[in-house]
Amino acid sequence: MELSDLDKQIVKELQSGLPLVKRPFAVLARRLGISEEELFQRVQALQQAGIMRRIGAALRHHKVGFTANAMIVWQVPEEKIEEVGQMFSQLPEVTHCYQREELPHWPFNFYTMVHGRNREACEQIAARLSQLAGISNYRLLYSVAELKKSSMKYFMD
Amino acid sequence: MELDHIDRRLLNLVQSEFPICLEPYRVLAERLGISEQEVLDRLEHLMKQDIIRRLGGVFDSRKLGYKGTLCAIKVPPDRIEEVAAVVNSYIGITHNYLRDHEYNMWFTVLAQSPAKVEQILAEIKQATGIEDIINLPSKRFFKVLVNFDVEDNRD
Repeated sequence: MELSDLDKQIVKELQSGLPLVKRPFAVLARRLGISEEELFQRVQALQQAGIMRRIGAALRHHKVGFTANAMIVWQVPEEKIEEVGQMFSQLPEVTHCYQREELPHWPFNFYTMVHGRNREACEQIAARLSQLAGISNYRLLYSVAELKKSSMKYFMD
Repeated sequence: MELDHIDRRLLNLVQSEFPICLEPYRVLAERLGISEQEVLDRLEHLMKQDIIRRLGGVFDSRKLGYKGTLCAIKVPPDRIEEVAAVVNSYIGITHNYLRDHEYNMWFTVLAQSPAKVEQILAEIKQATGIEDIINLPSKRFFKVLVNFDVEDNRD
């Protein structure tokens, strides 16, 4: 689906937030100079095309008790990437799962994020993943501080 | 702030089952058995408390034409704040974490092309004088899940 200028404007409005009023789309439509109905049709089209995944809330995780997050970096042989990716992404403890390029001095090519109440919980998850996948070369990099966490603002530059 | 069981159910609903319709808060109210006004009041309160950091559209960056990468930079401990200020100044750098590793500052970059990513990294190198940045573009995406079940989290 090719995004029109109007679609980009809609993305910009929706990413900045859905108003907390009874008819939120009516408020956004007024800002965009279109009807509520037209806006809602475009929103549905964006969703059907998979461009908009959902409308939803992002929480501050540490405020609801998920304190430790560990990035686990893995060295996975190329021929096992598919299998390990499918396996890890099915586990509820794994919130992010990516294959990434590797560098000569940084051989890790597979990345998972896990969240737990504390470091021991993260270590147990890592040990379980390692055993499941049969991958023994991995490191846990714990977050020590959150320096920035924001939602992406598209089409702003 | 103490969350009651309605807040917790509301938080779960607005994370993963937010209804896309003209009157979404009325639908949420029906599901929770409370008034629409109470849904709006509770959401406003949860936002003021910064428990909800944003309620809005969640987009697929790849389908919007953006490229994503993960980068790490080796920052001397006494320069963390200063370097973070430079890194965090970019809109496309949405997440930045200090981690317990030699490469200690890890951030994600979203930009409309790999060249734009390189330009941002070059600017960071120039502004900080730190050359040691690793750039790890994603090759294959398997999963992103950002919802957390808050209902049985009462400690």
